[in-house]
Amino acid sequence: MSPLLRSILSIEFGFAVFRVMTPLLFAAIGVSISNLAGTINISMEGTMLVSAFVGVLVSAFTESLVLALLAGVAAGVAMGAALSYFHLRLKADIILAAIALNLFATGITVFLLFLASGDKGSSSSLKSFVFPDLNIPLIKSIPVLGAIISGHNVMTYGAILAIVVFYIITFKTPLGLRIRAVGQNPNAAESVGINVNRTRMWALMLSGFFGAFGGLYLSMGYVSWFARDMTAGRGWIAIAAATLGGYMPLGTFLASLLFGAVNALAIYFASLQIPSELIALIPYLATVIALTIYSAQALKTRTRRVEEAKRVGKITEVTDVTEFKESS
Amino acid sequence: MEKFLLKYFTLIRVIIAIAIGIVISIFLIYLISEEPGFSLKSFLLGPFLSRSRLAHVFETASPIIFCGLAIAVAFQAKQFNVGAEGSLYLGAALGTAFGVSTNMPAFIHIPLVLLMAGLAGAMWSFIPAILKARWQASELVSSLMLNYVAYFIGLYLINFHFRDKEAGFLVSYQLPESAWLAQFIPGTRIHYGIILALVFALLVYYFLYHTTTGYEIRITGFNERFARFGGISVFKVIILCQVILGFLAALGGMTEVMGIHRRFVWQNLGQPGYGWDGVIVAIIGRNHPLLIIPASFFLAYLRVGGRVLNLMSDVPAEMITVIQSIIILLITAEAFLSKWKYRITVRQAERGSTA
Repeated sequence: MSPLLRSILSIEFGFAVFRVMTPLLFAAIGVSISNLAGTINISMEGTMLVSAFVGVLVSAFTESLVLALLAGVAAGVAMGAALSYFHLRLKADIILAAIALNLFATGITVFLLFLASGDKGSSSSLKSFVFPDLNIPLIKSIPVLGAIISGHNVMTYGAILAIVVFYIITFKTPLGLRIRAVGQNPNAAESVGINVNRTRMWALMLSGFFGAFGGLYLSMGYVSWFARDMTAGRGWIAIAAATLGGYMPLGTFLASLLFGAVNALAIYFASLQIPSELIALIPYLATVIALTIYSAQALKTRTRRVEEAKRVGKITEVTDVTEFKESS
Repeated sequence: MEKFLLKYFTLIRVIIAIAIGIVISIFLIYLISEEPGFSLKSFLLGPFLSRSRLAHVFETASPIIFCGLAIAVAFQAKQFNVGAEGSLYLGAALGTAFGVSTNMPAFIHIPLVLLMAGLAGAMWSFIPAILKARWQASELVSSLMLNYVAYFIGLYLINFHFRDKEAGFLVSYQLPESAWLAQFIPGTRIHYGIILALVFALLVYYFLYHTTTGYEIRITGFNERFARFGGISVFKVIILCQVILGFLAALGGMTEVMGIHRRFVWQNLGQPGYGWDGVIVAIIGRNHPLLIIPASFFLAYLRVGGRVLNLMSDVPAEMITVIQSIIILLITAEAFLSKWKYRITVRQAERGSTA
């Protein structure tokens, strides 16, 4: 067996996939839920960064994991609320407002990090805490699988749980129904008495809520410190993962798993004799390729539906497939 | 007076947003600095207090103007391509690679190196453009991902093939003198790149507002459906505006290399970061090529002020980033001050009807 294949088929690799996937999965769920409401949240990068920072800061000063968790989540929700305030109330373009929020996150975290620790690079001088690892009693003893699934950070299990929570919110609660209705056709939703803006506000805040866990895991699980710009594009990869997953629970999970695998693979490639620069670009390139394949598929589906609609005489002429939306 | 307010409302709104940003920064300085008076002076007046700092404002503004123009062309067509950073990085890396491996007289070498960099940047931004035009893949996400890819490719190219092993740092070989942009004000590093940037601002203005293709770009951004019905090839517009973006952004990076560093020196992601600055000034300048110029000088002034602040006082320069984000948020918030405008409009209309 080649050394590469051997390392991919190893237990460590399986373990690494879950580890790398965790922040992506949280963030991808966050992106999905706001997208279902028809509002794209590209401030995920900034949301994760702020939560990662607030978590470390609060855990260092209060020495309490629970407070750190609460504060980090509150910070994430606040980012979502800020985006919804600027977009929905002050009518800012959601993409530009989110770009500004990402910029804000980069600046404010380093600014406050410097005031708190006197260091602009990382929080290593602050003594902060991490979330514990969890060994699952029964599963642990299963050969191979046990070693891959058990012993992860509690946040990794939280991420799996988050998928279930995401499913329940979206499909089993009135809010989820409203979110989907608003996303599919805001005018129709409004005509039956749904408050479109309020629903979108909730969706964006939920988006920040889930994203916050991804950020907290980065600085309090994946590593045990905060470093400037430590999200390193994960918020953007999450957007691609959410898109690839069709904004649905299972799809988002599988897409995040895929990106986790590609990322882990990049780490393993590094042990071979290939320049590290060319390894490091793999996840980003893979994201572009995956995004394109997904978009092409979605376009194909839309085109086919337009053809069908034309055949049965529902519509006579469509200038552009991209404008066509299913009425049902 | 009121007529004047209405006519220039957008501009006034931008100025008010900037003023609020400055007020917040003054507040922040008073909040955290031990010597607020001195810190404030270094921040606001610092850039003017020495010849080299003032020159630094001009040096910094030059690549920002290029990137602002680049982003403005794409944003005018509502193509949210933020790939200026990647095109700048890869374009400048490939341009440098071409520059150090060739030797010819300056009058050919300079334009040729610039052209090579520009073409490399254009080719790079062609990727998100074609993915969007052909398969509807979000140019925002793909251009962002490609920024990372461009960075790693550029880094690989410089470190493995064009690295000057005698330099002591991770930098490329020095460009031959025939590919240098001259610094024309003695005692400063202000180079011909700034002249080129101003010329391109005029060119882009002419292109967007006085040519058919420019009109097509603006109409597509204004209302894509309308553009389609009007017979405009949206496919062409999507590709063209992003290719122009890559070309201009790469020029911004290449002129900086040719005029200041004379070799490729950028080793970190987000360094030099002009691509994102381009997004900022495009927003502040409302995507208008001529307004990009003052916006770029303003941003460069803030940058230099921040650097002085960092050097002379206890306030970190990242405060500037926070202020920038607040200014952008206020400018993009369409409803900000809209009630005020509404009141003035109503008053004007009432006066008009009674007169």
